[in-house]
Formats: sequence, structure tokens, C-alpha cells
Amino acid sequence: MVELSVTLLSLILLLALTFLRRKSPPPTLRPIPALIRLYRAIGLSVEDGSRLHVSLGRGGLLSGRGGASLAGLAMLRYLTERTSASDKPPVATAGDPALAVLTQDTLKAGYEAANAEDLYQPTTGRLSGPTPFSFVAGAMPVVRDENVSANVLMGDFGPEIALVTEAAERSDVPTLGGTDDLPAQAVLYAAAQEPLIGEELFAAGAYLGAGPSHAASLTVQDILRWALILFLLGGAALKMLGVI
Amino acid sequence: MKYVSAFFAIAFGLLVLAGYFVPALEPLQALLISWAGILLAVASLIGVFNLITVHGEKIRSREKNSGYSSLLLVSLVLTFLLGLALGPSHPVMQGVVESVILPVEASLMAILSVTLLYAAIRLLRRRVDVMSVIFLLTVLAVLVWSLALPPYGELALFGNTLRPWLTQVLALGGARGILIGVALGALTTGLRVLLAFDRPYGGK
Repeated sequence: MVELSVTLLSLILLLALTFLRRKSPPPTLRPIPALIRLYRAIGLSVEDGSRLHVSLGRGGLLSGRGGASLAGLAMLRYLTERTSASDKPPVATAGDPALAVLTQDTLKAGYEAANAEDLYQPTTGRLSGPTPFSFVAGAMPVVRDENVSANVLMGDFGPEIALVTEAAERSDVPTLGGTDDLPAQAVLYAAAQEPLIGEELFAAGAYLGAGPSHAASLTVQDILRWALILFLLGGAALKMLGVI
Repeated sequence: MKYVSAFFAIAFGLLVLAGYFVPALEPLQALLISWAGILLAVASLIGVFNLITVHGEKIRSREKNSGYSSLLLVSLVLTFLLGLALGPSHPVMQGVVESVILPVEASLMAILSVTLLYAAIRLLRRRVDVMSVIFLLTVLAVLVWSLALPPYGELALFGNTLRPWLTQVLALGGARGILIGVALGALTTGLRVLLAFDRPYGGK
């Protein structure tokens, strides 16, 4: 019952806030340095004819890790639309076959949205490997050999992602990384130039102006977070008073 | 076409979601998820073709390090043919897994440990701030306090008091906070897809 209530409340809030935000100016958000630098990297990639590498990890869509993969796909869509006119199109790698298929579809949709369908190349969306280590082994050469100007790692990764950040470091390529996996977050904090911590992974769209629904979902998260904080504090207070 | 795909995605997404809350819809939910499982198996096959296309293109255009692509394709074809002829449980196929794939992954794991150590050292050069110092001090403290000093064994104050407090109170509290944030983010992201605000299945 609680799960249904939270889901319905989120659904109603998301719909209402998206509708309200359609014509309002973009909200003021606290600065996240990683996303400000990503914004610059997009411009740089278009100007100097290099490409972005977007890696979406290995979170299967039928697993509980699918949320991070969906956030990565939304980011890929945004980046494709912005850089489709570049000499070198963005290249995306995934470690799950279904995610790789969606990667290709998202890239194609991004080109169509930018009216550049002719420039779409199916080989830019890749399954780099179906197991954790084969996935990073397949992603490392992309960073090293394909004239990449920035690495965007957004999705479900394990600690093995450090091998990709190391390959980027050796090629002098900046890396922005965010994941839903706690050990991998610790690894990215140490290994990536621009780590995204916790839910910042899901906030990227709002920061890059991907649409009113992204800004609305940030507000919904804040409302739910405050409700949870009040619930936890209330529970602790009642416990201390001996009510429960 | 884009409306048709959005309609099916929303309709089936809502049905699967409703299956978690309405017991009468559970059989339908299970059926839809089993269909998705079959589609995932087909996606694996498409993924292998994608791998062949990408590496075939690298060889054809003589890209840098395309020798590795040739090696990958030859290995893939040989393993596939062997698997078809002998079956996946044949000793030869088991040998391929145990003598090639497992050692390679173990080697990558070993490289990973060195890479992580190097990344931790490099962190102070790249980002000198309070959080980085706290991060490294915490890592060092937990590592050192986990060691048993030869003449004394594990130090009581560190082993019984400080380390559990650090890992079970501070770190666990922080981890739960991060996980709550991630869960809320995943919830709203899923709902955005369900409402077709984000469409990873294509369409403008």
C-alpha cells in the first residue's frame, strides 16, 4: 500500500509539475561542477572535430539497475542532438545486449530530432562486451583510439570502471562519471576528473536543459526526500518518547 | 509510428507496474516479463552481430590496432563453431572458459587493484579539497585498522571501537542516504519513461 501511494504521488506530482513548468523559465539549480564542464566539453567536441564517448554500463532493463541505464540513455539522446552536426559523431558503448539495441535506437532518434538522419552510423552504438570485464576491455580501445575529447560514463558500473578511467587518463581525456553502484561511486570519486555523487546521475538532464519533465522530476525527488526525512525524524522522536 | 511505439510502451509499462500492486494482474505481468526475456535473448544475438560489424569495419578500414579486432573475430568464430559441434558442457568448451576467459578476467582484476591504488594517490594531485583528504584518510584508516600488528594482534581501541563506528555508523548512514537518493532518482526516471517524456525506444 505504501509503495502504491508513493508511486501514485510521484506520478501525479511529476505530471502536474511538468505541466506547470512548460512555460516558466528554467529553475535555478545549485551548481554541479561536473555538469558545467560537460556543457563545455560538448561545445569543444563540435568545434575541434573530436567525439564524445558515452558509456551506459551493464544495467539490464529487467533488473533493478535499469534506472541508471535509462538516465544514461536520456543523456545520450541529449548529447546526440547537440553534437550530431560534428565531424565525428558520438560513440556509445553498453555492456548489456538489450541496452546496446536501445543505444542504437536512441542515437538514431537523436539524429532524427536534429534533422541529420543521413549522418547516423549504426556502428556508433556498440555492445562492447556482455560481462563486466569484457565490457571494460571493449570500451578501453574506444577511449584510446577513436579521437575522443570527453568520456561520459553514466549507468550501472562496477569497480572495474576504473580501467576505463585509467585509459582515459593515459589519453589525456577528461571523464565525467556517475553510477548507482556504491563501490563504483567510490572508485569514480577517486578515478574520474568529474564524479557525480548519488542522485546527481539522475539530475543531469535538468542541468543540461533537457526539458521541463527533467526539472519537474528534480522537484518531485526533493519533495519525496523531505517527506522521508520528516518520516524518519518523526519515527525517531516517537521511539524516544516510547510511543512505538 | 512514433505514437504507436509510445502507446505500446506506456500501455505495457503500466500493466507491468500495476502487476506489483494488483494481485489479479500478476499472471499477465509474468507473461509480459517472460516475453521481454525472449526479446532479450534475441537482443543478445543482435549484440553479437553488432560486435562483428564494428570489428569488421575496423579491419576493413585498417584502423589503428585492428589486429586485435581480427583476433577477436577469429576467436569468436572458432568458439561459436566449437560450441555448436561439441555443446557448451563438453570438456573442451569448459577448458576454453577455464584456461582462457577466467585467467584473462583474473589478470584484469589484478590490474584493477593496482589501478585503484594509483587513482587514490593521483586524487590528491587532481583535487586537493577537504572531501578528498577525508576520503583518503578514511580509506587509510579502515585499511590500517583492519591489520593485525605482529606483536600485539589487532589493537582493541581501533578494532573493536573506532573501525566499527566508522564503517557501521558513519559510512553505513552515508551509504543509506546515497541509496535513498538513487532510489528516488530511479523512480522519477522510470516514471518519465512510462509517461513518454523520455523515449529511449525512439521518436522525436
